[in-house]
Amino acid sequence: MIDVKNVSKSYGPSVVVDDITLRLPAGGMISIVGANGAGKSTLLSMISRLLPMSAGTVTVHGLDVTKAPSDELARRLSILRQDNHVVSRLTVRDLVAFGRYPHSKGRLTEADRGHIDRVIGYFELEPFADRFLDELSGGQRQRAFIAMVLCQDTDYILLDEPLNNLDIKHAVAMMKLFRRTADTFGKTFVMVLHDINFASCYSDHTVAMRDGRVVHAGTPADVITPAAIRDVYGLDTTVQETPEGRRIVHYYV
Amino acid sequence: MNLLLSCLGLAVVSAVSLFVGASDIALASLVTGDGGGEALLVLLASRLPRTLALVLAGAGMAVAGLIMQMIARNRFVEPSTAGTAEAAAFGMLAVTLLAPEMPVFGRMLVAACFAMGGTLLFLAILRKVPLRSPLVVPLVGLMLGGVITAVTVFFAYRLDLMQSFYAWTNGDFSGVLRGRYELLWTSFALTVVAYLAADRFTVAGLGEDFSTSLGLGYRRVVAVGLTIVALVTAAVVVTCGMIPFLGLIVPNVVSLLMGDNVRRSLPFVALLGAALVVVCDIVGRIVVHPYEIPIGTIMGVVGSAVFLYLLLRRDGRAA
Repeated sequence: MIDVKNVSKSYGPSVVVDDITLRLPAGGMISIVGANGAGKSTLLSMISRLLPMSAGTVTVHGLDVTKAPSDELARRLSILRQDNHVVSRLTVRDLVAFGRYPHSKGRLTEADRGHIDRVIGYFELEPFADRFLDELSGGQRQRAFIAMVLCQDTDYILLDEPLNNLDIKHAVAMMKLFRRTADTFGKTFVMVLHDINFASCYSDHTVAMRDGRVVHAGTPADVITPAAIRDVYGLDTTVQETPEGRRIVHYYV
Repeated sequence: MNLLLSCLGLAVVSAVSLFVGASDIALASLVTGDGGGEALLVLLASRLPRTLALVLAGAGMAVAGLIMQMIARNRFVEPSTAGTAEAAAFGMLAVTLLAPEMPVFGRMLVAACFAMGGTLLFLAILRKVPLRSPLVVPLVGLMLGGVITAVTVFFAYRLDLMQSFYAWTNGDFSGVLRGRYELLWTSFALTVVAYLAADRFTVAGLGEDFSTSLGLGYRRVVAVGLTIVALVTAAVVVTCGMIPFLGLIVPNVVSLLMGDNVRRSLPFVALLGAALVVVCDIVGRIVVHPYEIPIGTIMGVVGSAVFLYLLLRRDGRAA
């Protein structure tokens, strides 16, 4: 379980995350949605200790993220931010292998290698496993980064807009892969999603933010309603239920 | 690239280096002992130390460049484009003025402290300056180096130390004799340390966020890396003077050929750095035989040409 208590972040007078208290259950997929500048990424960065908090505490699985040893946290929680600029010329295989760093400290065991090969297989990265990152397209690179994070094999996986740069086919494949991983291995995914319909169709729990606060939280059935969406984005939409009971938001026209 | 072949290549150029110079050493006279063992003396007291110094300094400076590029996450950074070498020379000036009696090891440590200070200042400036292009980074470093050098030259000129100043800043191995290069073994030891920590530098090269996410103490790795860089630079400045561009072109060439996984690339960076320095020094000994051109000059010519090539080649790509 991720326990967020009275967490705030401010830069001078501007408050980006305003006194958020949240309990995110372990297991399954949790999505964070909200307008631009709502503080979603900031919250995710603070939960994952990449950004210091101005106030409050975050515990992951009982570990205070600001106090627990970083290498211990790295075996429990992984994070991928958006816009990752990597200057190093690493091959996809090397990059994914560094996902094992918290476990192996660079000395890869047979088990580590098995893990790496498996993840490369899941993400269909074999065709360019030995290519350098700077020789890939944006979408291929994004898949390599996510593969690295999954190779870290942590209980909690935090992803900031993981579908960035992915075409619709790869975006759907990615969400299905997360779903399967969550269900099979009991992992917890927490992700910032822009596409509210992906959040609606794939998450067990949705958190909606506006102006640094959580305005709605609950199952997609609770959060994906025209009224709630108007609260969050200030936009009028219609919500339709598919025969399978999934909610789709229509907002294009 | 093959490690064994690279070692062999270095061995060959090193062997050549043993037999090139103002005084002829014939293999035959070594074996027969003709000429009262003078050839052997030249070999053991001058040529061998010189060649060892070249290999150690070359490997050390190239690895220092590699570490800096990982830490700064910029391809165009090395001790002479980041204020490090200039600060080390300033440190030498300070120690020459304030504690002229200090033994050479102490001088090196003082120079290393200054080098560290210069590099930290460089990194601090980088955090403040908006970096629109990767080329801004070495420009900042060159400007910082220029300012430090200006201060150093001011005092060196006033106090009649310009000759020493040139000795620190322009690499020259003609004065290397037995007993005057051993400090460079420090640089070798640090290269080994860098190899042991190779994976950490690769992870640090991914940036602070990735490092933290992987549980790596980013700041500690940066501190270790900068300490290695400062000590290697100081050791080289103290014993033979700065070799420009080396730390820049060698890691870049190796990166182009085999990428940036430091565990894999570091041995090649060290070997190629050593070989390049040995070759440049041999060229310096041959072109105006029996006189010599300092290696700093040769390297400046070769290095700037390769640097320009790398700049133009990588144009437009996030370096």
